[in-house]
Amino acid sequence: MSRLVNAEHLRASYHTPDGREVTAVDGVSVHIDEGEVLGIAGESGSGKSTLGAILSLTARPPLYVDSGSLEIDGQTQALDGSSKIPRTWRGSVVSLLPQGAMNSISPTMRVRDLVVDVMRAHNRSVTKDEALDRARDRLASLDLPTRVLDAYPHQLSGGMKQRTVTIISTLLNPRLLIADEPTSALDVTSQKALIDMLLQMLEQKIMSGVIFITHDLPVLRTVSNRIAVMYAGKIVEVGDAEELTTAPRHPYSAALLSSVLVPEPAYRKMRVYGIPGAPPNLAHPPSGCRFHPRCGLVMDECHTEEPPHVGDQLRFSKCFWALKNPGQSVPLKAVTASSLSETDTVVEDDDDTTSRPDDEPSEVPA
Amino acid sequence: MSEIFAAKELTKTFGHGKHVVEAVKQVSFSLQEREVVTIVGESGSGKSTLARMVLGLLPITSGQMTFQGQDVTHLKDRAAYWRDVQAVFQDPFSSFNQFFTVRRLLHRSLRLLHADVGRERLEESLQYVGLTGPDVLDRYPHQLSGGQRQRIMIARALMLRPKLLVADEATSMLDASLRVNILNVLTDLRDELGMTVLFITHDIGQACYVADRVLVMENGLMVEQGSTDDVIFNPQHEYTQRLLSDVPKLHQAS
Ligand SMILES: Nc1ncnc2c1ncn2[C@@H]1O[C@H](COP(=O)(O)OP(=O)(O)OP(=O)(O)O)[C@@H](O)[C@H]1O
Ligand SMILES: Nc1ncnc2c1ncn2[C@@H]1O[C@H](COP(=O)(O)OP(=O)(O)OP(=O)(O)O)[C@@H](O)[C@H]1O
Ligand code: SF4
Ligand SMILES: [Mg+2]
Ligand SMILES: [Mg+2]
Repeated sequence: MSRLVNAEHLRASYHTPDGREVTAVDGVSVHIDEGEVLGIAGESGSGKSTLGAILSLTARPPLYVDSGSLEIDGQTQALDGSSKIPRTWRGSVVSLLPQGAMNSISPTMRVRDLVVDVMRAHNRSVTKDEALDRARDRLASLDLPTRVLDAYPHQLSGGMKQRTVTIISTLLNPRLLIADEPTSALDVTSQKALIDMLLQMLEQKIMSGVIFITHDLPVLRTVSNRIAVMYAGKIVEVGDAEELTTAPRHPYSAALLSSVLVPEPAYRKMRVYGIPGAPPNLAHPPSGCRFHPRCGLVMDECHTEEPPHVGDQLRFSKCFWALKNPGQSVPLKAVTASSLSETDTVVEDDDDTTSRPDDEPSEVPA
Repeated sequence: MSEIFAAKELTKTFGHGKHVVEAVKQVSFSLQEREVVTIVGESGSGKSTLARMVLGLLPITSGQMTFQGQDVTHLKDRAAYWRDVQAVFQDPFSSFNQFFTVRRLLHRSLRLLHADVGRERLEESLQYVGLTGPDVLDRYPHQLSGGQRQRIMIARALMLRPKLLVADEATSMLDASLRVNILNVLTDLRDELGMTVLFITHDIGQACYVADRVLVMENGLMVEQGSTDDVIFNPQHEYTQRLLSDVPKLHQAS
């Protein structure tokens, strides 16, 4: 497999009106091979959408890219504020499907008008017919009815709307598509249809790589080849999707996985605990490992030193525990020791999940 | 247990003539005090429309609703109703006034409470959703991530300690850990304050974890309702069976 994307040392900050800088993406590198789907999960507010904005070249004030470079297909582009980004990259080299996109289409616009707008914004000389022909072909190749072109947004179901905006955002055949929570508002049937369509598009080489952001770890495992987990502005673990979801090597990934609610009878009776403590404020993140105040495996060095990068570009964990336990997966019970002790691991062996006694303390980890 | 809310043959149609959409058709259900009830169903099946009717935000085409025994089909005093019935809406991107800071947004809801109580509740509610006042109060909506906005909406609704909370896809943009923490808060508030929750979600895992009962909607109709154990582990309706078979798995084997 050949490399499609090398994004290195990305760092970007929001400048607030009161003069502070909130570094929402801090020293992140992303590598994607040709034909790959890279899933991104992580804490709410950890910088996933910001990372999407940087990679899709759509960062605009108050978000400033401090440093970083993006290499796609051997072409390299510096991303920091002083570099000029060629207009042609946006939409045709990288394209973004923003969080909440399907609800932001103007209700008075037909899908066809949107298609023409998008194509024209990129290339003024495209005629209306050319634009619509392209869209019709695309719909046909994905086995979707071409009559959606005549519909207004409210006439489409949520699932159809999301597939339509996905198609529109890839009309220019971008090399990389970044989809920010495209399935969060969809029912499972529509989720599946969207994922199948994305994989079909990859197969047809409409695009060559996808970054798929979602909080839904089961969805992420189904759609991704590899998964990256973000915490407080950094990628803390990357790995093969199957491997990461069964044998995580970073305590935060393990803690996230242990919070997933699986529709199985055991989950009716037990109390699952999230990670105790509040997510950090990126305006003043914790020292050392940013997860240390909430980590059940915390060691002395975690308080003050930047955790080491254990592994290679495509599979790594940034963690002192991982350094001391090479190749091992995090023992789930140890992660959020205080919270998980009374229930059981909910990821590995479902068989011995114990039910929660009804008199379990009812306080919630704040 | 006593009934807190009941809907009888609720129907909502949009548009006229050829363009008429029957979004909700003759739907009946009731909510018992302290119950957590989930509505699941495909996109466009009418879940949000039903929720908006329950909240008195949409005129009802036909049918009847009662809250604590009172007829609330055509509300006269919506402000009074909303003291008891609070909502978290589906789309945190549109349900915010973009020009208000979080502080102003929350304070508008607090007007109903005594100042001291209000301040306490505000802190407490933000803590429920993993946020702290100094971090978020002076921000505008566009300065928050998707999940942070969703959490503000949840905190706002909980501040008023409603008797009935209607949450429409309220946790869809939260990470797995925050999500379970917030679901735990909801069930704790049910236990401590007797809150009733109508929880709309497409996530069967969440439904399974929190709900006492599950209602299934298809194309405007309520096609199945029953205890969570029955509906999720022994679905009767063919539509429910299909909905459940599409649930993605965290592990291949399971
Ligand atoms: N305009 C802004 N000014 C200051 N801080 C901001 C601004 N916009 C976003 N942030 C902060 O930057 C951080 C990263 O936001 P981002 O939207 O990238 O998070 P996310 O990982 O996509 O979260 P979610 O899962 O909730 O969508 C958040 O903590 C957010 O509060
Ligand atoms: N204001 C409106 N005018 C016309 N049709 C509407 C309006 N609001 C909703 N509808 C239609 O009513 C039906 C039900 O919509 P509703 O939003 O209640 O579904 P839902 O189950 O909440 O879907 P989702 O899971 O996508 O949120 C849909 O066909 C929708 O297009
Ligand atoms: S063990 Fe240390 S480095 Fe690893 S996640 Fe925990 S606190 Fe961070
Ligand atoms: Mg986001
Ligand atoms: Mg809805």
